[in-house]
Amino acid sequence: MGAQHDDLHDAADPHGRALRLGIGGPVGSGKTALVAALCRSLGPSMRLGVVTNDIYTTEDAEFLRRAGVLDPERILAVQTGCCPHTAIRDDIAANLDAVETLEERFGPLDLVIVESGGDNLTATFSRGLADRQIFVLDVSGGDKVPRKGGPGVTMADLLVVNKTDLAPLVGADLTVMSRDAAAVRDGRPVLFTSLREDRSAHSVAEWVTSLVNTWKHANAHDHERTTPTTAA
Amino acid sequence: MTTPPSSPAASRASVTARAVITTEAAGGRTRLETLRSDPPLTLRQTGPGLVHLVSTGAGPLGGDRLELVIDVGPGTDLEVRSVASTLVLPGSSPGDSVMMVDARVGAGASLRFSPEPTVLAAGCSHRMAVRLSLAEDATVLWREEIVFGRHGERPGRCRTRFDATVAGWPLLRQELLIGDPAVDASPAVYGDARCVGSTLIAGPAWDAERDQKGERRATIGDGWATLPLAGPGVLASALAQDTVELRARLERAESMADVYATSWQEKTELAVPQRTPAVDAGP
Amino acid sequence: MRQDIGDGRGDGMRDKPTGDAALLLLADSRLPAGGHAHSGGAEEAVRLGTITGPEDLARFLRGRLATAGLVTAALAAAACELATATADHPAGPYGQADGDGNPPDAGTGAGTGADPAHPWRRLDAEADARTASPAQREASRVQGRLLLRTARRIWPSTVLDTLARAVPEGAHHPIALGAAAASAGCDPYQAAMAAAYISVTGPATAAVRLLGLDPVTVHRLLADLAPALNDAAHAACASLIDDVVPNGPAQNGAIQNGATHDGIAQNSAIQNGAPANGAAAKARGSGWPALPGHTAPALDLLAEGHLNNPMKLFVS
Repeated sequence: MGAQHDDLHDAADPHGRALRLGIGGPVGSGKTALVAALCRSLGPSMRLGVVTNDIYTTEDAEFLRRAGVLDPERILAVQTGCCPHTAIRDDIAANLDAVETLEERFGPLDLVIVESGGDNLTATFSRGLADRQIFVLDVSGGDKVPRKGGPGVTMADLLVVNKTDLAPLVGADLTVMSRDAAAVRDGRPVLFTSLREDRSAHSVAEWVTSLVNTWKHANAHDHERTTPTTAA
Repeated sequence: MTTPPSSPAASRASVTARAVITTEAAGGRTRLETLRSDPPLTLRQTGPGLVHLVSTGAGPLGGDRLELVIDVGPGTDLEVRSVASTLVLPGSSPGDSVMMVDARVGAGASLRFSPEPTVLAAGCSHRMAVRLSLAEDATVLWREEIVFGRHGERPGRCRTRFDATVAGWPLLRQELLIGDPAVDASPAVYGDARCVGSTLIAGPAWDAERDQKGERRATIGDGWATLPLAGPGVLASALAQDTVELRARLERAESMADVYATSWQEKTELAVPQRTPAVDAGP
Repeated sequence: MRQDIGDGRGDGMRDKPTGDAALLLLADSRLPAGGHAHSGGAEEAVRLGTITGPEDLARFLRGRLATAGLVTAALAAAACELATATADHPAGPYGQADGDGNPPDAGTGAGTGADPAHPWRRLDAEADARTASPAQREASRVQGRLLLRTARRIWPSTVLDTLARAVPEGAHHPIALGAAAASAGCDPYQAAMAAAYISVTGPATAAVRLLGLDPVTVHRLLADLAPALNDAAHAACASLIDDVVPNGPAQNGAIQNGATHDGIAQNSAIQNGAPANGAAAKARGSGWPALPGHTAPALDLLAEGHLNNPMKLFVS
């Protein structure tokens, strides 16, 4: 039996589609604020889509819609059945469906951001879903968190330590965090942000922009594939 | 089929009966072409295009095999009611009691079928089967109400089957099991209700593009729902503690059908097709 | 892919257990096809307080299995049978049986079946007709779409491609499940078993998560349901054959007289065992109208109520 793969997305195949960027991290670390900031920074120059995963599904999507940073139609929310990490790692079908739906409706897109539901330090995105991923921590969890490691901290393509404005209040030593993160991350970048003060997350936006440009260069559109289809 | 006095299973022999109603258009009006009673199924014309089922004798009883055939001719209108509820009783003969209705509604015709409830007395073993074949532009209202036993009584067993097609395409196929240990008191099936009812309202006014199934959302209330079907129709559905509450809920749900017909017609013009309800596409 | 069609009626060992391992893969909650996010009405029942503990949950699951579970099992079995019969004969004998159960072009088979997508649309429409609640139709189509996406990568086949093309918005879940089962090497009985199993394990797991129930207690409930699961799978497969028995249950008598034109000959062909593939296929495809349609009014209300709840954790 010969299978026809013509309308069947293999997520691992990057050819001619948007970069899929996962943003994960513990509850309250600022994932949604970072997504909003990236939409503000990148929206004018990029074609964006956003998929949110949250245990209270509509909450983050509503936050983004109200923030007015992106056409609400371009924000889809996925229910995770009480298991946010399952939806981004073990069973990514619903998230892939949402990503492809965005590409189908609004494509071609440059970047689709998938925001995970708040989870613990072990949650990471499947490579079948996200091409690159950012892990967001905040200083209020204590400056020992990077040292503890965990797949999110050690493996993410970018580690963002947010809420640096709170560091003096919670007694977190940013130098320690930076040193510990570098030690477990094998040279992968770490950025410190205060999204309350920098609502456009300039440094992260620059990193993402560079990523998208590299991605586009490496995976130039194939015109035969510019009509995205969702595997039924 | 009228509710008899409190006598339990009647002792008459089981019967086989076949009653027929057919209509035809005559000078722009509906004429009852055939009105054939067959006791205990007795039919009376009570108005223009209006027929009442006036049952003579108890039952159905176990072993009875009753059939009602309705053929609504093209361009005609028929309404069928009953004068009283139907009490299904166990009989002296072995076997289920069986009630079958075979209804055809022709092009441009309409049928309103709204008999009084069927009450499943203790010990009964009943089967009901309805086959409703609609022409493409036929309109129907078909109500079915079932009461789980008389007051304070556990019901016997009953299995119903309802098949509605439009021009041969399936519109609604439903079976109900009552008195089955697996479904009795299941929060998934009837919960603590003692009556179940549904009304199929179908016709060209409820026609919808089959591939825009996500567009029509149901309306729900306390114990009732108005459910837009994938095909051209809506199903009013209700659960209740007693017949009065059931009828009130069902009529409430039925009353939403008209709203659906009009709003849906307008919405199809404007709506952007969105085919993925896995995700929440917007406020 | 196997061509023979197990009906699951045998009491002893089935002759070809080749699909058993595939059945485990297909029914495993770890199959990455989005099932983990569906509660099958359990979330709303928990919210409304109609499921509060193991006793309620047991009644919920038993009722769900006897209604929605049986229907999905029968549809999955029919889909598996269709997939198996058409795998090597894409333009085979499954034509467009009309809604009254008349077989397509009885005798010749000419003029129908040219488009292999057609019988899939017809079977999908049978699922539509058995799902009055739009919320449940959507949940079913979403699950079907995700399952098909996954299955086409795990068990690629022309049948799955055909189904994806036939119902681009997403085939109903039991239809996708039956087709995936066939592609994985399962027979209709196994497809029915997978469908029946999934119809109760999803809600059971959801209740564990939502109420913090003891998972062992809940698995005990599922174990108690094992005989009922077997019965449902058997009944589902039996319904594929029963519907063409001319003197069967009430609705198959005078009511469905249209289905009996050549039901006798076809039925005897089936009961004699090893019928010509085409004859069996025609008989069964034409019987889809009479597949079980057990409805659960409370599940309809729960599904619609769930859709209206903005704070839901599960898709359905």
